[in-house]
This record gives sequence, C-alpha cells and structure tokens, in this order.
Amino acid sequence: MALQSLDIAARSATTTPSPQARGAIPVAKLIDISKCIGCKACQVACMEWNDLRDEIGTTAGTYDNPRDLTDQSWTVMRFSEVEVQEGRLEWLIRKDGCMHCADPGCLKACPSPGAIVKYANGIVDFHEENCIGCGYCLTGCPFNIPRFSKKDHKAYKCTLCSDRVAVGLEPACVKTCPTGAIVFGSKEDMIHHAEGRIADLQERGYSKAALYDPAGVGGTHVMYVLQHGDQPELYAGLPNDPGISPLVSLWKGITKPLMSAGIGLAVLAGFFHFVSAGPKEVEEEEERS
Amino acid sequence: MTNHWVDIKNTDLVLIMGGNAAEAHPCGFKWVTEAKAHRKARLIVVDPRFTRSAAVSDFYAPIRAGSDIAFLAGVINYLLTHDRIHHEYVKNYTDMSFLVKDEYAFANGLFSGYDAEKRKYDKSTWGYQIGDDGYVKTDPTLQDPRCVYQLMKAHYSRYTPEMVSTICGTPQDAFLKVCAMIAGTAAADKTMTIMYALGWTQHSQGSQMIRTGAMVQLLLGNIGVAGGGMNALRGHSNIQGLTDLGLLSNLLPGYMTLPGEAEQDYQAYIDKRATKPLRPGQLSYWSNYGKFHVSTMKAWFGDAATADNHWCYDWLPKLDKTYDILQVFENMNNGQVNGYVCQGFNPLASAPCKVKVSGALSKLKFLVSIDPLATETAEFWQNHGEYNDVDPAKIQTEVFRLPSTCFAEEDGSLVNSGRWLQWHWKGAEPPGEARSDQEIMAGIFLRMRELYKKEGGAFPDPILNLAWKYKVPSYPSPEELAREFSGKALADVTDPKDPAKVLVKAGEQLNGFAELRDDGSTACGCWIFSGCWSEKGNLMARRDNADPFGIGQTLNWSFAWPANRRILYNRASCDPSGKPYDPTRKLIAWDAGTRKWSGSDVPDFKIDSAPEEGMNPFIMNPEGVARFFAVDKMNDGPFPEHYEPFESPLAANPLFPNNPQARACPAARVFKGDWASFGKPDKFPFVATTYRLTEHFHYWTKHVRLDAIIQPEQFVEIGEELAKEKGIKAGDHVRVKSNRGFIVAVAVVTKRLMTLTVGGRKTHTVGIPIHWGFTGVAKNGYLTNTLTPFVGDANTQTPEFKAFLVDVEKV
Repeated sequence: MALQSLDIAARSATTTPSPQARGAIPVAKLIDISKCIGCKACQVACMEWNDLRDEIGTTAGTYDNPRDLTDQSWTVMRFSEVEVQEGRLEWLIRKDGCMHCADPGCLKACPSPGAIVKYANGIVDFHEENCIGCGYCLTGCPFNIPRFSKKDHKAYKCTLCSDRVAVGLEPACVKTCPTGAIVFGSKEDMIHHAEGRIADLQERGYSKAALYDPAGVGGTHVMYVLQHGDQPELYAGLPNDPGISPLVSLWKGITKPLMSAGIGLAVLAGFFHFVSAGPKEVEEEEERS
Repeated sequence: MTNHWVDIKNTDLVLIMGGNAAEAHPCGFKWVTEAKAHRKARLIVVDPRFTRSAAVSDFYAPIRAGSDIAFLAGVINYLLTHDRIHHEYVKNYTDMSFLVKDEYAFANGLFSGYDAEKRKYDKSTWGYQIGDDGYVKTDPTLQDPRCVYQLMKAHYSRYTPEMVSTICGTPQDAFLKVCAMIAGTAAADKTMTIMYALGWTQHSQGSQMIRTGAMVQLLLGNIGVAGGGMNALRGHSNIQGLTDLGLLSNLLPGYMTLPGEAEQDYQAYIDKRATKPLRPGQLSYWSNYGKFHVSTMKAWFGDAATADNHWCYDWLPKLDKTYDILQVFENMNNGQVNGYVCQGFNPLASAPCKVKVSGALSKLKFLVSIDPLATETAEFWQNHGEYNDVDPAKIQTEVFRLPSTCFAEEDGSLVNSGRWLQWHWKGAEPPGEARSDQEIMAGIFLRMRELYKKEGGAFPDPILNLAWKYKVPSYPSPEELAREFSGKALADVTDPKDPAKVLVKAGEQLNGFAELRDDGSTACGCWIFSGCWSEKGNLMARRDNADPFGIGQTLNWSFAWPANRRILYNRASCDPSGKPYDPTRKLIAWDAGTRKWSGSDVPDFKIDSAPEEGMNPFIMNPEGVARFFAVDKMNDGPFPEHYEPFESPLAANPLFPNNPQARACPAARVFKGDWASFGKPDKFPFVATTYRLTEHFHYWTKHVRLDAIIQPEQFVEIGEELAKEKGIKAGDHVRVKSNRGFIVAVAVVTKRLMTLTVGGRKTHTVGIPIHWGFTGVAKNGYLTNTLTPFVGDANTQTPEFKAFLVDVEKV
C-alpha cells in the first residue's frame, strides 16, 4: 500500500477522484550517461534495497548482465559500442528501467483497479496485490519495462524507491552511484542540473548533447543526459519519440468511452423501461413457492 | 600515491595509463568526474583496451600491451624537443645539471656493466662525478655533454613519433594529440595527474614504466603540486598497508631494507642506508635511518635489544637473494620447501603459471590456508573436473584450513592509496569458528615458543625474546598493535637542543618520527606510521571532513603517513623563493613573518629552512632533488628503456633489431627451467592481457551472490577483426591457449579491442578477465593464470600478467 505521505494523483481503472488538498513537488531522477562507467553498483543497490535476487545467469557475449530486465532485476545496464564520428569509438552505457512517464501508458492500459498508481510527485508505482497479471501494462509501456514473475504472474518494475522517497531519501541507485552519474531531486532542479551538464558536453565537442524528457509521454520522471541527443536510439534502442501504443489509445481513447456509453445507454434504457412499464410485478404463485 | 584521492579534483588533466580507474577504482574515480565538472579537466586514457575509463574520457589512444615505456619515452622526447618543460622547476628541483661518470654508457640496447651470463648489471658506472668536496659535480648551464639533461636528451631522441607508432601500434596522430595535451601542463598554473595501477606494475619492466611516467611529470613540474603527482591506485585492501609494514620478503617496516648476506656488520649496514647529503645544504632525511631501525628493533625485542648486541642485528635474516613469490614457488617446485602458510593469499589463482604452482604445492608436506573463504589454493588437491584436473591420490600435501575473519568483522586500520590510515569498526560478528588473523598468528606463535622453550632448537633466540606484552597474549588487540606501530617513549625523550626539556615522558605515546632515537629510548613498529596514535588518542579514527582551504585537504580526517602529510614533496609546489607556483592551489608557502613554512598541508620539508638556505624539496634523496638518472637504484638501467615483453609478437626489439640480448629486459630474472615455457608468435600469435572487472574483486566476490548475478560467467574479449578471421561470434565458446595451458570461456566480440599495426604487422589483442575459478557461487571457470608466464619485473619480481602470447580457437 502507498504510504500516506504519498498522495495518489491517478489510479488504474478507477473513477474516484484523486486527493488534491496537498501540494506535491514533482521529482525526477537524472541519469547522465556521459558520467556513467557502467559499474552496476546501481543494479546491486536496487537488488539489496528491494530484496531482489535474480538467477546467476550466463554470459551472452556482452557486458549486459543480467541480460534483460526481470521481475528480480528492475534496472540493468545496456552497453552499446558506437562510432558516431568516423574512427571515434564510444561505449555508451545506459541504465535501463522504468521512466516514470507523466502520462503512463501502463496505468492507462491497466484494467485492474489500483494495480498501478501515479503519485502526485510523479512516481508511477505497481501495487502487485491488485495486479491480475493480464499483461496490458506491457502493451501500454513505450519503453518495454514491466516484467512478469513466474512465481505469482504479477508485473514488477522500478518503483523509483517510492518507499525511500516518501521518507525523504533518494532512490537506492542514486545513493550508491560512485560517479554522480545518477542524481535525484525536484524535476525542476534536475532540468537545471542537466542544462549545466549539457553545456559542459557541448564545450567538449558534443554539439547535440541534450536532455531526454520525451513529450510523447508527457515528459518523464527519469531523464537522461545524452551526448547525442538527436539520436537516442544509439543508446540500446532508446525510443526516439515514445508514445503510448495505439491499442491502449483505442481501449482508453475510443473503446472505453464507447463501452461506457454502452453501459450508460443500457442503464438509461432500463430507466425508461421502468418509467414506461413500471416496476416488475411478481406473480403471487411464484411468491408462495 | 604521492597525492591522494580527493586531490584529483584539483587537476586540469588526468592521464589514466597502466590502469583503469573507472573499472577497478569506481569510488575513487568520482574525483575525476569532480575535476571534469568543476575545473573543465580533460581525461586521456591510453590502454590496449577501450575501457570503462575510456568510455568517459575526452581522448582515447590505443597501445599494444607492454609497450608503455616506448610511448612515455616518446612523450619525453616530444617535451624536450618542443621545449615544453617547466624550466625553473627542472633546473632547481631535479638532477638535470648533475654530471654522470664518464664510464657510464648505453649502446645497442645495453647499459654499461652488463654480464650476460648472470643476466645482471654491475652498476658501478651508473653514478655521479664526485668533486673534491665530496659533493656531486654539476653544470647549471646544462651544456656539459655528461650532465643528466644532455644524456637524457640523447637517450630519448630515438623515440620519435614514428618509432613510438612502430612499437606501440598507436596511430601517430593519436600519439601527437596526447603529447600536445600533456605538454599544456608544463605551464606553472596547469597540472596533470597520472593514475596507474597493475597495468604498469605487472610487466617485466613495470618499475621502469612507472619511472618513465614520473619523469614526464617531473619535466612538467607536476610532482609535489595539488592536482599532480604519480598516483598508484592500490587495489587490494590493505595492500598499501602491507608494503608500508614491510611484508615484502626483502623489506623491514617503513621501507627499510633487510641486510644482504654480505652485510654482517651492523654499523656498516646503518651507514650505507643513513645517506649523507650529496649536495651542500641538503637534508637527506634517510640520515635518520638508525633511529628508525633501532626503534623498530626495540618494538620487536624490547629489553633484549641493547646497544651491546647491536639491537639484535644478528637475529635479522641476511638475504642471499630476495624471496619473492616467484622465487618461493621455484624453490617449492624444486622440493626445497616443506611447509607454506597462505595468509589471505590464494596463489594457485594469483600466481602465474598454474601448472607450476600446482606442482609446487603438491611437493609440500603441509599447507596452511588462513582465509575467510574456501580458496582454490586450499582445494588445489581436489579434482574439480576440467577446471582443476588433478589426481588427489597422487598429492600427499596435508592442508590445514584456519577460517579467519574478513575486514568487516574486525576493528583495525586500513591504509588507502592516498596513505591515509583509516580506523574502521567491525560491522558484524564473524561466523562459526572464524578468528581474527592476529589471534591465529598469536596461537601459532605461543605454541611455537612453548616448543622452543621445551625442546630448544637451532636458533631459538628471536622466538624466545620476541616482545609479547599484550594484555591477553592469545589475542593482541588491534588497539595494542596500533599503539605499538605508532611508537612510544621507553625513557624520557628530550630536546636535542635543550636536554633539560622533556618532549615525551617515559611510557607516553610519541607524537611522530621526529622523536625517534637510536639510543634505545624509543620503540616504534613502523616509523612512517609514527604519531597515528599519540597521547591525543587514535588519530586514525578522526572523521572531521572540514576543508578550510577548499582544496580537499582534510587534515583532521584519519591520519596520513608520513606525519599526516597529504601531498608528498609539497615544497616543490613553490618556486625557489618560497612562493606558490599557483596561488589558487596553494599547499604551503614560506611565511617570512613567522619564518616557517605553512599552509593547507603539513610541509614536507624542514619547517624553518628559509628559501635562501637553498635546501631542495626532495628531502628523502641525498641529492635533495628528484632523479631522472636513477644512478644504481634500479636493476635494469638508470634510464628507462623499452624492451619487449618476454612473450611478444615481435622477433626483435625494433630499437635494436640486431641484438637478441636487448629483445626483452636483459636484467629480468628467468629461472632456468622457465625459458622453455615461453611461447613464440608462430604458435601463439596474439597479445594477451589479463585484468579485473568492476563487478568483481579478485577471486573473492565470486563467492557473493549479488556479484555473481551481475557478472556470472567467465569470458574473454576479442576484437571484431580477429573474431571474423576465426569465425567467432559473440557468445561462442572459445579456447585460449598459451604455451603453459588453456582456458575455455565465452567470447565477447567487441570494437573495443582494436587491431593495431605493430612493427608493420597487424596485431590482435585478447583480453582475459581474471575473476573465475572452481570455488564460489558464480559459474565455475578456469583460473586465468593457467596461461601467464613465470617471469617478473627486474626490480620487484611482480609477474608479467599484462603482456604474453596466446592463440584462440572456437570450441
């Protein structure tokens, strides 16, 4: 359950209005890829804080381990060797995990009331006790993040350490990052911090350095500083212009109102029927039997 | 480190070469990111592999493993020919003007005095011209052809960019770009730091690689200044403390040296080491050697050490040769060793040429392993299938395993790379029957002493007379040991200028090594640590991170040896008149008012020696200055010279193509039987280098599930071009063979290992991480040192793990 210090701004499959009396400052985690050395301390800190232990796997011929996100690995490093400029090799290391979209496709897609929530500070959290394991959140996610547990068939992902943030701590990955590549604070401060980093990178010759805070999902509460802001796909396929799957839009955008309308019409029809025909009369024999 | 971790933030340029700080020292690497963020510092990485450090660098230059001296010698040549040196600094603070003996020569790859039979140099010609006054002759104009400057200029003129590129495989434009960036720090207000580690030490010429780096830094005036220095990044906690405490076979604590077998006379032993100044007005701090030595002997033998018995000098071993790890395993392999105690040591995994080490261990009568983990060494006799295919029935060695605590289960001090002695407190109780190392050693000692008492023996004196005044004899506490190595007064210690003035009362802890005496009135287990536990208490436990000058000099955080000094040679940060070269990074300065040196650091200097007295900054050298010409201090030459690794893809040294003696280091020791174990490029055409990964720590963390999760299985790295030639794809299993054995691992195919053109030929590199073995929770793997050659550095005997030859095939 959410801590009471975290107001919920949106809740899957729920029409109850969200609380609004308290203000909240949107938070953000900023991952500066130009400072990341791929040490995976964040992966370990994540496993330790969240009581996760993945399988001891195998090596597939890359540094990526575990190879992919799982229900036990909520963040993984993705290593890409690229040559943007002829003859100048770069090893881009991106910490992958939930982006905490301002307009979360997972939450939009989720049919189970309260399985996915968005807090007023912007963190998108899965409440697995309400998860029915339908997999719609994965369809809804433009970043391919949620993973299902074989044990309980429920979806798991990075919580942005909502439990830590709720009590004024930074996420575990931020605390452990040895180079300061991951920083955390208000989204406003993080954007400001990123501006300084981008200016530094531009001065070092990365003229296209930019902040990744994609508008297609309303911006994100996990942002990247990219050396090559014009080519996010270089970073292990980070989407250039992420948006919510049309399937979800169909379900939430057109189908859902239509269905709601359908339900509404049925109720209305019933009402008219009641008004015109009156209450159903019960036969006396039936009552006696 | 001459400097310290935090100080790296003060630099303008970071050169990572012979190391991979981001990978192996990620926490310390944060100071590089600080320098980049706040000083717009640039980061250069020169490495055979495009490493994690290279991933965040401003410029990367590839280099063939084992050719670093050629690269750095090329930098020296560039700086000298382009005259990009810190003139005032080198003229005043180095030996450039010193005249060298006429007999010294270098020809066809060999220095004067070479004995090919013994593979040793007679170093008598590697010295200075001494004047009638007993001091070294100099030529301040630097014109004399025998002055160090002229000799050095001539010596390194051969290292042209073309030659560098031929030997190193580094493209010329990349090499010249690095030179230009480095040369920029010759300015008095610019500085560069060099960060290196085992990528330099683990070569047959490791010590000389480091020297060459130091020479570059001296030319630029980057030693002794904030943000500068030669910074050895120590990997193993507590390896800095190990060397400081003299745990190498030829050392005594505090970098004092054991006598050789020819040194039977005590006074001669002291006189040789208590060097007198070689130039007028110089301090020559080692002239105090006798005080350090006697105080150590008093700490060891207490009342038994007296002036009459030369402080038990006769009890010290007199070495016929050094007993380094290679020598010991050579002896063991020859059946000359009965028992071996491995304390926190896993030689089957960490020593070169596993087949030789395994064979040697099999010839022991007993092996003791004191370790928190089940090491491969302790299980060397067990068959672990393909990973350790031995027949236990044929191995008679009896193995005792004594489980010890790990660092987190005990109090004590650890010395970090920056020479800080930091006290730490236990975080958990040890499991099971594990005991601390000192408890285990005490147990062995007390029982041995009993046996000597009862049964006598060939040489019982040092055992029976060892001072053992611990409250609980079977458990010397970390606090007691710390107080012992810091030192105390045995009698009142008085001021030499005023004998009536008592500096330290009998029984009190000393304030520092300046209070040590050679009359038996002080005891100190390790003179460089002296003062770390004074009457003020345990200074190693201090945790005040106040930084009053804003340049990271936190003098009240822990205790740095020597004398809580954070940056060595810091007098060199000032010009001869005592003014800081860069006032924005002031460490110390001469205060004409108080007539003392003071500043943000503890002065590494005679505190009241005014600049006009002409004392020079390198007070540990009898010359008072830093040496480009190493005189007789190195075994393989007074100037670093490039030689090929013992296994190299080149048939000859490109510098001396016609002299086979000068192919590999002529003074490196090779045991007779090992020549045949070296491979040749016809069968083993690829350069291999071994290294560590961030995810693991040596052979320990394969026992830890979290580390095993993030890097589970052994792999080797090969470049795309070689992979294509061999039909290998990422994820395939490959067999990597050297002349000593083979390993099988998953292939990582990468752009990060570039094909270089060396000596006109394409040269591929194979990268081999070390961390796997046959114990632990990670996937079992082969010990990488199955492959490595049994040869070490000519000075330190550190094995050549970083450059050897292999072949690769798809399994």
